[in-house]
Amino acid sequence: MKKVLIYKGFERFWHWTQSVLIIFLAITGFEIHGSFSFFGFENAVKYHNIAAVILIVLIIFAIFWHFTTGEWRQYLPTFENLRGQINFYLLGIFKGSPHPFKKTTLSKLNPLQRLTYLGLKLLVIPVMVTTGLLYLYYRYPQNTKIEALNIDSLAPIAILHTIGAFLLVAFIIAHLYLITTGESVTSNLNAMITGYENLHDEHNTEERSVNTENISESRV
Amino acid sequence: MKNILTGLLLFLIIVITGFLLLNTADTPKTTEALLTKYQEKRVTKADHSGFAQLNKKFNSPQEVTRECITCHNKRDEQVMNSSHWNWEREEYVPGKGIVYLGKKNAINNFCIAVGESELSCDKCHIGFEPAGTQRKFTDAENIDCLVCHDNSGTYSKGANMGGLPDPKLDLSEVAKSVGRPGRDNCGSCHFFGGGGNNVKHGDLEKSMLAPGSDIDVHMGTDKADMSCVDCHKTTDHKMAGKMYTLSSMNTDRSYCEDCHTSSPHENTVINEHSLKVACQTCHIPVYAKENYTKVFWDWSTAGKLKNGKPYIEEDSAGNDTYMSIKGSFIWKKNLEPEYIWFNGTATHYVSGEEIKDTTRPLVLNRLYGSYDDPDAKIVPVKIHRAKQPFDPVNRYLIQPKLFAQSIGEGALWKDFNWKEAAAKGMEYVNLPFSGEVSFLNTEMYLPVNHMVSKKEDALKCTDCHTRDNGRLAKLTGFYLPGRDYSGVVETAGAGLITLTLLGVLGHLGMRIYSSRKNRNAKV
Repeated sequence: MKKVLIYKGFERFWHWTQSVLIIFLAITGFEIHGSFSFFGFENAVKYHNIAAVILIVLIIFAIFWHFTTGEWRQYLPTFENLRGQINFYLLGIFKGSPHPFKKTTLSKLNPLQRLTYLGLKLLVIPVMVTTGLLYLYYRYPQNTKIEALNIDSLAPIAILHTIGAFLLVAFIIAHLYLITTGESVTSNLNAMITGYENLHDEHNTEERSVNTENISESRV
Repeated sequence: MKNILTGLLLFLIIVITGFLLLNTADTPKTTEALLTKYQEKRVTKADHSGFAQLNKKFNSPQEVTRECITCHNKRDEQVMNSSHWNWEREEYVPGKGIVYLGKKNAINNFCIAVGESELSCDKCHIGFEPAGTQRKFTDAENIDCLVCHDNSGTYSKGANMGGLPDPKLDLSEVAKSVGRPGRDNCGSCHFFGGGGNNVKHGDLEKSMLAPGSDIDVHMGTDKADMSCVDCHKTTDHKMAGKMYTLSSMNTDRSYCEDCHTSSPHENTVINEHSLKVACQTCHIPVYAKENYTKVFWDWSTAGKLKNGKPYIEEDSAGNDTYMSIKGSFIWKKNLEPEYIWFNGTATHYVSGEEIKDTTRPLVLNRLYGSYDDPDAKIVPVKIHRAKQPFDPVNRYLIQPKLFAQSIGEGALWKDFNWKEAAAKGMEYVNLPFSGEVSFLNTEMYLPVNHMVSKKEDALKCTDCHTRDNGRLAKLTGFYLPGRDYSGVVETAGAGLITLTLLGVLGHLGMRIYSSRKNRNAKV
């Protein structure tokens, strides 16, 4: 075991800022949606719009960071060991089996995480940003008098935005829970706060698949 | 430490960029400047009290008019081109083409039509048509200059005199006082439309002669103290701003934006509302603030007599609830307007038009507009509902003869006989009458433009952006954030979150349970 810097400074800053913003957007967003009243409608709209712009700027920085550091490769999907990961959450975890996936700095996301985060990055977040911007500016193309640019109804925009919001809230709930399923209950949380986590030595990575396959046998 | 500093710096950059991007609103034109402008006292350009030609005894009001025209020549032609004089306008109506529309031929939802009742109705015409003369609208001498320009506050038209002034008046004194029309000039007719104070409009009534700014922020004598013609700007006797009870075209209007610009708010989101929402919608949260306005008029009950005599019933607030001559009424005060889409064009029911569908109320002035119409905005309206006499055979509204000088001429208000009054009235407008009188539900839409409240009293977001019972609850067919949602998405979303929560809790429970079991097994 070795203490390794797994989440760099910007990554942690990006993660926490994004999490605060998304939770804040969810609260203000569902108030605008009419689900409850907390800040007051006018404030909710104002705060939601400001937080949205900050989040978009943050996303632009994050995209830049991912490409310049090559970290985007962390999200390349793999189906290898996907079943193993699912089995672990469904069965292994209750039996005290070891994690099927061994984190390394080059591959720090398990196959399920890779798929989920890729889905967020390629689908949910782009849909939220696009529908969010359309929500704010959909009326303006009408001034150009170009028929094709006219958006006649806010309904599809707003409803897509709502679907995305429900998905994100469900994601946050699952995510908050799943961070307790690391090596210890707090190890994942600690890693995202301090950046450091105790990882198995790099040369163990090659044995990863062997390990997974051996789980059931080792428990017998 | 270095990381924290870089993080903080980045955070600041992001926050500042965010605010800069959002703060692109136009600088609002300050209402303070407008307030100062209108609070300045106007100086009269010419003092007519010094003019010798007005300092004499006038035997008839026509003599005064002649005197006016000697100096103000050509003004008579302007007046005779105005709708105030002609009681009609040339209008283009989609589906109808060019029509001439006005009090002459439109049916209103109050006293129905002018018809043969000129002697009474003409007290709100800017002319003199004394008994026996045929109304021609061609004689410049019959223009009533004084009713609009009297500044002595004494001028008034006589009752049932066909527009002639009260004979007791000293016309010379009135003539010497003339000047810019004040609220009492406009108000002498427009506050009493429909046959009494505030009957018709709800937002135009005698309290507007000297209201507080809590009733009307523009006309409030403690604030801007503006008069009617400050907004209804007039050139060559043509006034901006008109009422859609009789207008059809989106022209010659008077807009809030003329003074306040189209982006008067500091909040961009609120300014953007002006694309779809008229200023009046938020800024006139209630109307008929001081006195009651008539919201329902049932002509069908008119004609009941007590001991052979007509009578009047009043409610506790002193409003007429029944009049033998006019029927039954409902009055309301501090009313929330109703809301409709309106693009500035309208069509009107005119005399003799066949009514095909009698199952729904007949709308006497249909205001056009919808969410999909880029020119339409949500506007507040007073909807005056009524039951009007209707010829079920010929399928058009009946214009009864209401007024006459004496009993026996067939007027409803003297003889209380519907059939006779209908026959007389329809004969006058040259329309066949079947002899049957039934009653039809009718509606008239009156946009509410006056009694603008102080900005603190304007509607709040959640007056409309709310799930239930919002101001716009009846205005459907478009997505209103905070009010509308997709039922499917809502159920599916709530289901997804519930399932996630249950899954998480179930998983957690099993983890705790199994870890205990495993621990026990080890021991």
